[in-house]
Amino acid sequence: MNLQGIKKLTFAATLILASGIPGTFAEAAGNATLLNVSYDPTRELYQSENTAFAQYWQKKSGQSVVINQSHGGSGKQARAVIDGLEADVVTLALAYDIDAIADSKLLDINWQKKLANNSTPYTSTIVFVVRKGNPKQIKNWDDLVKPGVSVITPNPKTSGGARWNYLAAWGYKQKQTGSAEKAKTFVKALYKNVPVLDTGARGSTLSFAQRGLGDVLIAWENEAHLILKEFGSDKYEIVSPSVSILAEPPVAVVDKNVEKHGTRKLAEAYLNFLYTPQAQDIIAQNFYRPRNPAALKKYAANFPTIKLFTLGEVFGNWRTAQKTHFNDGGVFDQIYTP
Amino acid sequence: MALFQRKRRNILPGFGLSMGYTVFYLSAIVIVPLSMIFFNTIPMGWEPFVHAVTAPRVLASYTLSFYTAFFAALFDAFAGLLTAWVLVRYRFPGKQFLDALVDLPFALPTAVAGICFATLYSPVGWLGQLLAPLNLQIINTPTGIIIALIFIGFPFVVRTIQPVLEEMEQEIEEAAHCLGATRWQTFTKILLPHLFPALLTGVTLAFARGIGEYGSVIFIAGNLPMKTEIAPLMIMSKLDQFDYAGASAVALVLLCISFSMLLLLNAVQEWQQKEYRS
Repeated sequence: MNLQGIKKLTFAATLILASGIPGTFAEAAGNATLLNVSYDPTRELYQSENTAFAQYWQKKSGQSVVINQSHGGSGKQARAVIDGLEADVVTLALAYDIDAIADSKLLDINWQKKLANNSTPYTSTIVFVVRKGNPKQIKNWDDLVKPGVSVITPNPKTSGGARWNYLAAWGYKQKQTGSAEKAKTFVKALYKNVPVLDTGARGSTLSFAQRGLGDVLIAWENEAHLILKEFGSDKYEIVSPSVSILAEPPVAVVDKNVEKHGTRKLAEAYLNFLYTPQAQDIIAQNFYRPRNPAALKKYAANFPTIKLFTLGEVFGNWRTAQKTHFNDGGVFDQIYTP
Repeated sequence: MALFQRKRRNILPGFGLSMGYTVFYLSAIVIVPLSMIFFNTIPMGWEPFVHAVTAPRVLASYTLSFYTAFFAALFDAFAGLLTAWVLVRYRFPGKQFLDALVDLPFALPTAVAGICFATLYSPVGWLGQLLAPLNLQIINTPTGIIIALIFIGFPFVVRTIQPVLEEMEQEIEEAAHCLGATRWQTFTKILLPHLFPALLTGVTLAFARGIGEYGSVIFIAGNLPMKTEIAPLMIMSKLDQFDYAGASAVALVLLCISFSMLLLLNAVQEWQQKEYRS
């Protein structure tokens, strides 16, 4: 190979390497730093929260603090922490991912009892996004299994958000009929209407909004509002089903890492700050449902009343839900194997 | 030792040293990292291993990965040969520009390529719009995967054939023509045998790359279980279940099949070269 060829290849290799770095990792210098490892759609939320917390902490302790954020698929982020990414706090899409970190002894197995409300300072739920005017007349979950309706949702095997979608559909049917068997048939019919299973929630959003696939997108409520903001509320509208799941994305301090960094006090203050009225307002402004009743009332227009059931009510806990539904050979695999 | 003594001494000096280097670098760069797959799989035990790699979804994904990579490489063989031919044998303005374009699939992050294809072939995309009335769907089908893999593998074929074509003397073709060979005969009897080893190398590289390709494919494949799930996606989805051993198991089988195919192709190449020389 001539020199030019080698140069070309080196250039290519550099590009490939640069594009292969997972997540984003904003490095900054400061007196005290925290690393918050989070999932994909919370980028904007934590940017605002971090600025607010830095001011709050400066006033309270006189110490300036910089919070670095890392974002990516929830499961992948959990793996990164297990494999040595030194997160002080993790704020992930579902408890199972933090359970997995706990299994690797990085934090206490009873982590979810440490903060109020199951360690989830905010909640969300699963809603539908349809094209303007709702041409297929989609009002509730039952409309998703009708013939000729094309549904977009990501793959629950690779996306935490997709698991909430699946469980919401299942829970709706099981609550309605009282039968797990009927719920299974319903979910099977629903996934028959799914033409593409993207690996992540953002991928599904693109399939639906940019590539024009599907009649309805099942999405987190906050993501649905983001679609209207990004792609135009003149093109899409949000439909809230009568019943949905209370999605609880939990937060936790990673014990081993804060001990190593000496940041326990700061990390705990950071997570507790998320429950303060100021932080709860920011949460609501980013279209997540705040825990604080005052904040919820203030932004009530954004959060229509949906009958919400918890994961515990229908599925017990995340470990069982994961095992029964999403692990290899689980229900999700069964509905796809002939 | 007896085996070594029987061997003819190499006339080039420094065999021991250079061989030592080769083995060291191959170990550091290839063998040691890949052996991790093997060691991750061992604690699994035989039965769970067999169970993991013979699940219907996994088997379907192997089949899909291999046949899409195969057809993509086959297409690249024709397209690449033609492109290399044009780039070497003709002079025309903008040739260097075209030549540089060939390398783009190397340089572009594969995810970008995948998103481009998905957008292009979507029902509202430029090409998808034209195909939709014909009821031809590319996106979310194996055809879409093949298109992505053709793109990824293309430069491998062009870049391996180009130098061989450049070295070939045009006089040979002229001689063949003077001796009364038809154009087709010149192509099949003179050109092709000479180019074949390089072509085979290029196709093998494109094929191997296609089996492992992840970034570009997941955006266009649709990822439907049993239908359009590629093997690398099965590995990713096992990792997302924190099933490291299961992921390694799938990877190990993929690695073994790929390696034996590469060995086989190398053997064919060697055999063909001997045949050509004699």
